[in-house]
Amino acid sequence: MSDTTPAKKGQDFEHVLDKSDRSVASFETSQRNIIERLQSALHGNPTLVPVIVLAAAVAVFGLVAGGKFFSAFNLTLIMQQVSIIGILAAAQSLIILTAGIDLSVAAIMVLMAVIAGNLAVYNGVPAPIALIVAFVGGTVAGLINGFLVTKVKLPPFISTLGTWSIFFALNLWLSGAQSIRSQDIDANAPLLKFFGQTIEMGGARITYGSILMVLVFAVLWYMLNKTAWGRHVYAVGDDKEAAELAGIRTDRTLLSVYALSGFVCAIAAWASIGRVGSISPQAFYEGNLQSITAVVIGGISLFGGRGSILGALFGALIVGVFQSGLRLAGVDVLWQVFAIGWLIIIAVAIDQWIRKASA
Amino acid sequence: MKQLLTGSAIALALTASGAFAEDISACLVTKTDTNPFFVKMKEGASAQAEALGIKLNTYAGKLDGDVETQIAAVESCIAGGAKGILITPSDSRALAPVVTQAREAGVLVIALDTPFEPTDTADATFATDNFLAGELIGQWAAAKMGDTSQAKIALLDLNPSEVSVDYLRNNGFLQGFGVDIKDPKDIGDEDDARIVGNDVTNGNEEGGRTAMENLLQKDSGVNVVYTINEPAAAGAYEALKSMGLESQALIVSVDGGCPGVQNVKDGVIGATSMQFPLLMASKGIEAIKAYADTGEKPMNSEGLDFFNTGVELVTDQPVEGIPSITSEEALGKCWG
Repeated sequence: MSDTTPAKKGQDFEHVLDKSDRSVASFETSQRNIIERLQSALHGNPTLVPVIVLAAAVAVFGLVAGGKFFSAFNLTLIMQQVSIIGILAAAQSLIILTAGIDLSVAAIMVLMAVIAGNLAVYNGVPAPIALIVAFVGGTVAGLINGFLVTKVKLPPFISTLGTWSIFFALNLWLSGAQSIRSQDIDANAPLLKFFGQTIEMGGARITYGSILMVLVFAVLWYMLNKTAWGRHVYAVGDDKEAAELAGIRTDRTLLSVYALSGFVCAIAAWASIGRVGSISPQAFYEGNLQSITAVVIGGISLFGGRGSILGALFGALIVGVFQSGLRLAGVDVLWQVFAIGWLIIIAVAIDQWIRKASA
Repeated sequence: MKQLLTGSAIALALTASGAFAEDISACLVTKTDTNPFFVKMKEGASAQAEALGIKLNTYAGKLDGDVETQIAAVESCIAGGAKGILITPSDSRALAPVVTQAREAGVLVIALDTPFEPTDTADATFATDNFLAGELIGQWAAAKMGDTSQAKIALLDLNPSEVSVDYLRNNGFLQGFGVDIKDPKDIGDEDDARIVGNDVTNGNEEGGRTAMENLLQKDSGVNVVYTINEPAAAGAYEALKSMGLESQALIVSVDGGCPGVQNVKDGVIGATSMQFPLLMASKGIEAIKAYADTGEKPMNSEGLDFFNTGVELVTDQPVEGIPSITSEEALGKCWG
């Protein structure tokens, strides 16, 4: 607004403005507009960037790493390997869409896996009941985060930084820092490993866990885009005060988001038992950061209210494709880490650039 | 905390009864308070301290790599007038200054499990010979295979930092198997065509599974799998099993934790090298007692720059010429 204020009379030096480019507000159709059109296209559809990056990455690694990368076997393996971080990224997206951040997602997941495992494997509780306890537990853990954010008014970063440590400590206490062995799970509660089963088609090996990940994203996408609740989530994330003035019960919306996120973490817990085989209290220690990585690469704005949850799915897949491709090309682990670092920075830089399209 | 309380209670009791041992106190500083390995260590130290009438204070970092808490703990021990400190350094170099400070104050410092760099930063080191631990499982795997010319080896290591325990076990295994290891302090510099590749596991099941999948991607014919520890081995087995390949590969590991030994019994792990954390700690307390009584410092094992607390090969498929114990026997000695 301020830059459109007319120049005051008598200030000669501002007369040069008359000669300046005045086309800012016009709809130009010259060659330069290709980039601008791209910018606004991306602005209208933020998932486009991760989709393009994913397609490009698959193509490039297909060329560089050869047939081994481009096989049905490898592509489905990537799906398998990202499935847990993918589901966590779905939970993380919900929080980030409300302009929050959740550092405790992986800790909730591991804690719920340990609880379900302890009950079903060591205490003879029927596996379905153990899983229900885990789902309730995950939801309660999410509600605790939500309570700290909405009622105690702590910033989400601080709330979940605290609960991350608390949940991690509880997990070590309950598990004695000791894994529950795969064989013991098979013997006592095979249902816990349900999502480790695979459907084989030719070379492809699709695990139930991979399918679950896609389903979780599909359901959440529907909830966010086709229901009033979803619109409220976006509105709260975009501008909480405005949403409140528009009559949205923002605290209640936030609480529901945190509870749902905790529930999704419990889903991830069940899937992780199938994926890993055993229940390891030490695994996924950096799962929170990996989930944030997937969300950010997926083009969801950390400032809230912008981006599609499907972006996080693509973000997780991009990370998986990069790791697999670099590995098959014989690149050392530390350079894989290096590459992911650049991906994050470039993804956020692109996001900032796209945001300018509306300015 | 409980340990601290018991420690103080004992000290109080001793003071009350007027025993002379009251002024011998010692500290145990571990990497974490939760890893069963360190829990066992604490048990060993507490039991021995109680037997010898030493007041023991225990400290631990919040997680592996928590250097600050360990530095603060050593400082408290110096201030508290401890006669000796047993420590598993979270960082082999970063703790050197505070340890030197302790030794200048006349405190006997013994590194347990993890040596300092350089080793003589501490008065002594009581540890597992990790190179030997690797060598034993390497020899076992080679003997088990017979003809090793068709071997396809997958190496599942700890993390990208290549810390000492990581390269010692990895290269020990390769040497035992009969591979030219080149630089003994470097992982992955070997050019033996039988090696399919290295990957990192972070020492847990999830990492073990992913790393194994990655290496099977390179070559699905992998038939020998070295793993840094038993959780990583369990993960590797899951990966093999998911592809129906579990019977083609020998999995070997290091540690001797009870779930790991159980996995040897169940045929998941072919052989594992067992280490003895309890012994490290109890020997350490004895050394502090001896130092307090006579001023004598512990000696290193012959030919090594540390005191070797022993390694035993655990397998249910013993091979000629390599002494081993069965998983049944090992279950009585395992930690965690």
